Amino acid sequence: MSVLEVKFIGDGDALEHIVDKQEGVPSSSGAVQKMVSFKRPAGRRPKEDAQHDGDENVFLDEQHYIEALGTENAEEDDEGMHRVAGSSIFSFQKSRRGHSMALTASELARTPGKSVSFGSAPDIEPSTPTRKGRNNKGESRTPQKSKKVQFVSTTPHRLRKRITTPSVQDSDSELSPSDSGEDDDEDGLEEEKKVKKEDKENLKTPKKGSSAALYKTPAKKSKSEALNQPSMVEEYFEAHGNSKVLTSDRTLERLHTPKLDREMLGQLLGEKPSCCAKEIQQLYSKHRKHFSKWMLQLQLGFSVIVYGLGSKKSLLEDFRVSHLAQEIHLVVNGFFPSITLKSILNALTCEALEHEGSFRTPSDQIHFIAQTLKDSPDLHLYLIIHNIDGSMLRGEKTQSALGQLASLPNLHLVASLDHINAPLVWDQFKQSQFNWLWWECVSFQHYTEETSYENSLLVQQTGALALSSLTHVLRSLTPNARGIFKLLVNFQLENKDNPSYTGLSFQDFYQRCRESFLVNSDLTLRTQLTEFRDHKLIRTRKGADGVEYLIVAVDPGTLMDFLENEEGD
Amino acid sequence: MSTSSVSKGCFVFKPSAKKKKTLSLEDHFIHGCEGADESKTRFKLCQDLWDQIKTDTELLQDELNTKILDSLLDFTRKCSSTRQHSDWASHMRASEIPTAALVLGVNVPDHDMTFQSLSELLRQSVTPHVASVQAKECGALKHLIKRVLERLMGTDVTVDDDEEEETEQTSAPLHKSVHCSLSTLCDWYTRNTKKSYSLTPGKKRSSPVKDNLQQPPIVIIFKDLEAFNARVLQDFILICSRYIERLPLMFIFGIATSPSTIQHMLPHSVSSLLCIELFQSLSCTQHLATVIDKLILTTHFPFKLNGKVMQVLISIFLYHDFSVRNFIKGVQLALLEHFHSQPLSVLCCRKKEALLNVMQLGHRDLERIRQLPSFKRYVEKQEPQEQEHLLTDDTHLKEVCRRLIKDLRKYHKHYYPTLRCLHTLTSSLPRYPLGKQIRELHLICLEKNVWENEEYQSAMKLLKMLAKDELISLLKKCAEILQHSKNMKSALLQLEAMLAKFKQLDTVVAEPPPPAEESITSPVKNLQKKTDLFQLQKALLEMNESRRSKKLSPFEVLRNETLQFVDSLVQSHLSPPESQTLYEVCYYSSSATVRRHLNAAPRTSIQAALNSPFYYLQNDRLKSEDGSVSNAAPDICIVYKLHLECGRLINLFDWLEAFATVVSAAEGNDPDSDSFGKVDDVKHARFIRAVSELEFLGFIKSTKQKTDHVARITWGGC
Repeated sequence: MSVLEVKFIGDGDALEHIVDKQEGVPSSSGAVQKMVSFKRPAGRRPKEDAQHDGDENVFLDEQHYIEALGTENAEEDDEGMHRVAGSSIFSFQKSRRGHSMALTASELARTPGKSVSFGSAPDIEPSTPTRKGRNNKGESRTPQKSKKVQFVSTTPHRLRKRITTPSVQDSDSELSPSDSGEDDDEDGLEEEKKVKKEDKENLKTPKKGSSAALYKTPAKKSKSEALNQPSMVEEYFEAHGNSKVLTSDRTLERLHTPKLDREMLGQLLGEKPSCCAKEIQQLYSKHRKHFSKWMLQLQLGFSVIVYGLGSKKSLLEDFRVSHLAQEIHLVVNGFFPSITLKSILNALTCEALEHEGSFRTPSDQIHFIAQTLKDSPDLHLYLIIHNIDGSMLRGEKTQSALGQLASLPNLHLVASLDHINAPLVWDQFKQSQFNWLWWECVSFQHYTEETSYENSLLVQQTGALALSSLTHVLRSLTPNARGIFKLLVNFQLENKDNPSYTGLSFQDFYQRCRESFLVNSDLTLRTQLTEFRDHKLIRTRKGADGVEYLIVAVDPGTLMDFLENEEGD
Repeated sequence: MSTSSVSKGCFVFKPSAKKKKTLSLEDHFIHGCEGADESKTRFKLCQDLWDQIKTDTELLQDELNTKILDSLLDFTRKCSSTRQHSDWASHMRASEIPTAALVLGVNVPDHDMTFQSLSELLRQSVTPHVASVQAKECGALKHLIKRVLERLMGTDVTVDDDEEEETEQTSAPLHKSVHCSLSTLCDWYTRNTKKSYSLTPGKKRSSPVKDNLQQPPIVIIFKDLEAFNARVLQDFILICSRYIERLPLMFIFGIATSPSTIQHMLPHSVSSLLCIELFQSLSCTQHLATVIDKLILTTHFPFKLNGKVMQVLISIFLYHDFSVRNFIKGVQLALLEHFHSQPLSVLCCRKKEALLNVMQLGHRDLERIRQLPSFKRYVEKQEPQEQEHLLTDDTHLKEVCRRLIKDLRKYHKHYYPTLRCLHTLTSSLPRYPLGKQIRELHLICLEKNVWENEEYQSAMKLLKMLAKDELISLLKKCAEILQHSKNMKSALLQLEAMLAKFKQLDTVVAEPPPPAEESITSPVKNLQKKTDLFQLQKALLEMNESRRSKKLSPFEVLRNETLQFVDSLVQSHLSPPESQTLYEVCYYSSSATVRRHLNAAPRTSIQAALNSPFYYLQNDRLKSEDGSVSNAAPDICIVYKLHLECGRLINLFDWLEAFATVVSAAEGNDPDSDSFGKVDDVKHARFIRAVSELEFLGFIKSTKQKTDHVARITWGGC
């Protein structure tokens, strides 16, 4: 939240304000001093770029600081996380061309780890770690420039060839026709530019910053040479001005197995042990130590919220089992796709408080809960919400209802939070209702359960579920009804390649059904349709002309399977 | 029972009946806190302190609110009494709905407390009929009227009987049958007032409040006016104005921004029906100032915050919410953390208890004392023999500790009056070199020796230029402050002596007019045309310079003397707490903890973890010498890093290929072999998982703009 303000001020004042806020008062203690001194240039860098030689020093300072952090204990380490300045997170997006991702990939592939040792490949040696590092830390390195510099000086020819050749080959055939010309042009120019770039390097011209702009067209050179700031702005508009985005046209069809289904995915992932399992376990046990403190804080009227990368479900589950076994508690899976406020409140009143009877509005229900808890102060309710920012709980009404619940003195709330923009859900009033205490619990665990509901575009929807429900429902119907449904399915399959197909109009449908002796009046058809609709087999939509259109809400592949099955029977 | 299911999102767990053995608050405190020996005492101390702080702040809140609430109450009384008069003017008045516009400021979280005490006070002293409504429960006119009716008629029933359950149930069907309109309210009101009047006429007389109010007004409080739908409000007011003859209605608008919102929301035709009076509540900064004054700048509470923690809490207040409630919450957190993490906090209590607790310290705690940096410093200053004594002899150490704790208390007793004196002297200086608010001065003093501060020097210089009457009035104020503290008697005497001397000066100096006066006043006269304060200051400085050569007047001599005295006071009493031995016992210093718990940045944390997993997972393989990510990092970090290189759209195939290249390198495959960078099923699966995790975190989303592409929804990062 706080960091959001950073980007749009861009001034010395603003900088001081930020430093102030993040670090408290710069004190005489060394570490903080250093932090402050590196913060300033970090924020200023976007403007001044790499022209400063003085920055070198600062960078060293920063390096020391980070190294020191790395060796210090966890308590201090956490504090170090604030070194990630806002500008690294919220920098401007630049226009990018070509194959930067491939470049980064190869770069990453070369970075240490388990991979190729540096010593054995002397030709890679002249890398420029400091510059690279500085650019990375510099939070807004101008990508083209630094990338190309590395490209020239560090990449062995072999690798470069591998990266460039396919792209040159591909570019004509694979890029969208509207853009390919430009891109082709750029590819052709690339060599030339590299030479220029090298010249620049050798000459050590002070205008390093403008070299990025040099890339595009010579005409732009004069403009961007004036100042660095405008060139950044220009780049920004270049990236966002034209609606065309340059990406290659390659699709996943090229893979041998274009789509994996959910089951397969689980199997494949199960085989491979996750990396750094030991460290992840260590992190986990570190978080576990805070459980009794959580309990203390909960009972003092705070609500605990855990955030940080990685699934926190198992952590909260662990907390629940170890500390809440003796208490009445309610677990809510916020990531569950059909969770509603009503179901949470119903679970509270019907199951936890054992109230029979229904309520007319959620606010009545909350009022009842508040009253019941007020009347019995010894009754403590614990509410655990996994992903309080879940897509179904994001609504203003839901959050304010939850806030009202959280403000009850003997209802205690523990929640987890994952979406990067989640805190925007709460305004000041709600925040004070929730009375959060934030706990950073980075777990690095996979969001297996949280993402399992999502219809990921990469995962093949097998449609097995839809298919079986179709067959089951259909079996219970009369032959005539089955016929009606099949008629609709066939019509839809005939039109599956027609992008403007909106459905079968009711009149048309009735006509067809009559012709096949399936119904004798439109009332019969309507009753049938109601039944289909109740089973969620079809959907109706009012067209522009006010006519009802009918669609089967299942994808064509599944429908084909369904028809085959039916014929097989 | 498991908590994952494909058909359910809510799971209720109830402990098996009667096997309940719940842990108390104390057990949670003791469990997992450091130095378990005295944790019970510590918990008790913490609890007591917090209770005290809580009641004190609540009292303070009430005190601060009394003024505005009193005027509001007066207003309501006046309104209801004018209705009884029958002259023409008040008759005209009576057709308008009396409205109090209460401007509360932007610190919305604090408003609730104000409204709560307001409605309580109203109920106690003016009228039983008070209904407060919030915007979010009144989306339409129907709801608004319903709420008002419910609250008015419902509360009235529940006031005199305590079976709330019953009234809940009886009132619900009642509303169903009752038509939801104001005429219902009218009937109810006349019935109600008549009944209560006819039932107990004797009693009525005796109660002074209701005596003159046979018709207690109906007060409707709109808690957050800005959030109301203007349409709904207009309609409601129009309807109400029709009933004003029969119903003594009254509105209170809670306004967070400025009174002009009423004009924005209500057209003239509607606002003319209201008779609006404006009430301004205390500003939140003033509120904070009083809270700090009563809570922090006092010897009353042994628990203290160090400079950095104060700074964090004040910045949260100033930059984020202006909420005093949250500030107190921060203090509570710091209190809890202090007693939880500092074993020596047993000594952080009243003097008697503290001295008693010193005697009960175990060997381990004494060792802890020896480890304290402030104590080490103290030891170093002692004689070698004494040093050894301190480090080996436990009983001797206890004695010394008793003395040190007394010293620490004495330090506080001197510190706060001196701070206040210095503040009175400097707070009215031009350009406020030491801050306008006392909290700013306090922060400066907490941080380092204030007299070494440049601002302090300039403040002293400015003080040396004060005119006599100004100086005397300031000094009088200081004397008043010093009168309140017992420990500053000698300073007070000195100050009073000086004041007396100033008075003497008056009688003596009046006779011989100083010859130099002419030359001094002339440049001042010249200056009078210019209003610039800087110029004036410059000129005055120059004058001072020129005057130095001259002989100082007796007043100037005395002034310098006085200021020297003030300076000596400051130097002896305003040293930062870090210089005191055993300050760790009372001062909570972990500002990072407070900030992390109160003002967290979840997005920063997530992106830091993605950018540099090494911070969290201390595995050497993840170490990389700069900002880049090692290829052995978790999949999601690699995928994240790669996606930073893309524009608004990301081609999944390219992404996958790049990912495969990185991952194969991490697996140690030969870069020259054919299989290097090939996408196999496992890599594909890992990629899918990582991408869907990124989608879950909100970095990307699926798009239909192009096949097999996803859209990035964050900025830059490259």
